[in-house]
Amino acid sequence: MVQQLSSQFLHLTSLLSVETVTPSEGSAPGGNWAQAFASQFLGFLPGWIGLVLVMSVVAAVFVAVVPLVPLVLVLMERKVSAWIQDRVGPMRVGPWGLLQTLADGVKLIFKEDLIPPQADKFLFRFAPYLIFTCSFAVFAAIPFSQRILVSDLNIGIFYIISISSVVAIGVIIAGWSSNSKWSLFGAMRSAAQMVSYEIPIGLSILTVIMMAQTMSMEGIVAAQNGAFAEGEPIITLLGVEVKGTILDWMIFRSPFTFLAFFVYFLSSIAEVNRTPFDLPEAESELVAGFHTEYSGMRFAVFFIAEYANVFAVCAIAATLFLGGWQGIIDEDQFIPGLLIIFGKTFLLVFVMMWIRWTLPRLRVDQLMNLCWKYLIPISFFNILGTGIWGLFFREDSALSIGLSFLIISLFVVSILGIVFNSFGKLKPADQTALAGNIGAANLQKLKTTWNERHGQQK
Amino acid sequence: MLAQSTASEERKFLELKPFSDEMVVSMGPQHPSTHGVLRLELRLDGEIVREAIPHIGYLHRCFEKHAENLSYQQIVPFTDRMDYIAAMNQNWGFCLAVEELMSADPKFAGVPERAEYLRVLAGELNRIASHLLAFGTYGMDIGAFTPFLYAFRDREKILLLFEKLCGARLTYNYIRVGGVSRDLPPGFLDDVREFIDYFEPKIDEYNALLTNNKIFLERTVGVAIMDEAMAISYGATGPNLRGAGRKWDLRKDEPYSIYDRFDFDIPVGEEIPEAGAVLGDCWNRYKVRMDEMKESVKIIRQVLDGGLPDGPIVAAMKAIRPPAGEVFSRSEAPRGELGFYIVSDGSVKPVRLKAKSPCFCALSALQELSRGLMIADIIAIIGSIDIVMGEVDR
Repeated sequence: MVQQLSSQFLHLTSLLSVETVTPSEGSAPGGNWAQAFASQFLGFLPGWIGLVLVMSVVAAVFVAVVPLVPLVLVLMERKVSAWIQDRVGPMRVGPWGLLQTLADGVKLIFKEDLIPPQADKFLFRFAPYLIFTCSFAVFAAIPFSQRILVSDLNIGIFYIISISSVVAIGVIIAGWSSNSKWSLFGAMRSAAQMVSYEIPIGLSILTVIMMAQTMSMEGIVAAQNGAFAEGEPIITLLGVEVKGTILDWMIFRSPFTFLAFFVYFLSSIAEVNRTPFDLPEAESELVAGFHTEYSGMRFAVFFIAEYANVFAVCAIAATLFLGGWQGIIDEDQFIPGLLIIFGKTFLLVFVMMWIRWTLPRLRVDQLMNLCWKYLIPISFFNILGTGIWGLFFREDSALSIGLSFLIISLFVVSILGIVFNSFGKLKPADQTALAGNIGAANLQKLKTTWNERHGQQK
Repeated sequence: MLAQSTASEERKFLELKPFSDEMVVSMGPQHPSTHGVLRLELRLDGEIVREAIPHIGYLHRCFEKHAENLSYQQIVPFTDRMDYIAAMNQNWGFCLAVEELMSADPKFAGVPERAEYLRVLAGELNRIASHLLAFGTYGMDIGAFTPFLYAFRDREKILLLFEKLCGARLTYNYIRVGGVSRDLPPGFLDDVREFIDYFEPKIDEYNALLTNNKIFLERTVGVAIMDEAMAISYGATGPNLRGAGRKWDLRKDEPYSIYDRFDFDIPVGEEIPEAGAVLGDCWNRYKVRMDEMKESVKIIRQVLDGGLPDGPIVAAMKAIRPPAGEVFSRSEAPRGELGFYIVSDGSVKPVRLKAKSPCFCALSALQELSRGLMIADIIAIIGSIDIVMGEVDR
């Protein structure tokens, strides 16, 4: 019986993990489990109809299930912010306020669907759908476990980057079609910000691709389960052999990928418009940014898409840098992969929330400075470094892992030292002279011009 | 996108010019960070503000005209509504003026000792509450939401104290002409001591959280410099003047009430070259408020340690009927010098009353301060000059 089950299981597994680039008999290149499934069970239909049917069912399941993630995240955000701010957060709806987001959603559905009379009605309606679709399409390529993956594209990560940049267009459409100046401002800021921060994101991902030598998400996960899982255990802890898969995570593979992880994480905060980079929806400046004029369910759609994005970028970070659905101890997968990747992702999401409720917001010019003057050069340096690293260590060895661990530790210690040394002290402001923000060097110059102007006015 | 009704014709023309890069935006009166109902007419070139013209009057209530038809005691609740964040100090400023007018009357015995102490206690507590709100909303303007809730948590404790003291949480009507309205409830001083013991370390926490935060410094240091000459020429007072480096505080320089009995410092702005902080920038104006809270705690501690004298809490008088004459009296409210000009004809009502509002003066500097900066800086300026529209419009 067990054997039978397991053979069936194996059969299913083989169905689910068909090699992506197999120019094999019958199935087209890039064919995947959906196609295989369709040809297996819906063979009586013409091929494409079966495929469309299967994909529609999968899409329906995803559209139904994925909104649960924002639902949880919104509640989590409210609870986390409440803890940070010495409050209790929502407590009334459901036990411990658990149903609060559901209640909010119901409220938003019942609200009147308002479209400003001067708005471009078609684009105004279109924008939420575009954003919603794009941020949900990203989920199709994220492997949530060995078997939960809609499509293992051979260019998976490339697909994710390209799809998620369409969100910027949706934001611009929303801002423009509202015919409100504040919305337009939010949209323009958002466009500039998303386009800028996609570069460090792309470059950081490139370092991972260089290490993994594949763009397939599944391949990148597999690349993080390499040499050391097979080899000698590093330490034996309470009878469990720790084979060091954690050292195979991309983040620890070389000092450059370590740096790339932080560049990616920082940029992805900007990509999803969260504090300290929440300029497109800066509440105190632009009222609500690009979705100022939206209300009811359309607003809710923006909201859901925003949190879906937050989850997606964190899940991508977990997949690319933190080993994806693979566990820490070994590859036996005591804990299902789904739980593991959710744990990793929620940890990153929590860090994002922590940052959001602690830090103030940057100004537009400072935001651009950070991206173009710091993050992008660092990313290029990473790519160069990764290339050199790959030249020396073609295969992961004890030497490469040890060296990378040493450099990373030195790096972390020095950063911590800097942080704790300057704790509570005033730190020198960046010497940007743009728009009235001055450093010490420009102090006198600005003062004199100020006095001149002031004198002239008298 | 047509402009709303603008102040001058040429700006209308600018807006309609199809190839102009400039855009006229109306910020407010409903806007999250114009601190009430201030409306700013912004002429923008992208993110750069070419001009910001404040429009006021959305909260005008004809206080000064109303006052001509009210008896002096009836005017006190109206002063509550001026700077509703620091209503005690507004009551006090008005009562000081009336008392100065009445001092020509030999029958007026002056404010009793105990009442003076109660006034100092209430006034300084309210100064802390007011600066806490300024701190919290400034954090929110810059984008940090959490300090706002911390500030409100602590301000709530002060409001509870005031509720015990006079039954109101916002519009106190506590300080009366010739004294105060009620004596201390039992255990009040212990509550106050408990509060300041709790609150004093919190100021350092807030400094670590926001004041010295890297991003906060980036946003405020060196932005919108209102130097001493400019501050004086605009008549800016209080933290705005002290942030520019002028050590000027009426509690020290022209002591009224019993302020000469207490030992406290006047915090002024400081130039910190390594951080880029300049006298009179947004950061210094904000920092002075943070430091002033510590000084207020110091004063309250001295009141509590010294103990309050016994005696009446209000001067005995049949009616408030100041002799004919005029007076201009000023006091140090949290937002600057609050002045009251009163003309009396010897009746129970003033013939003319005029309030000098510190916020109005500070707001008038906004137009010059904001030229050439960015939208985000406008928000930083409004927060740093800390205006309350109730007082600007009256």
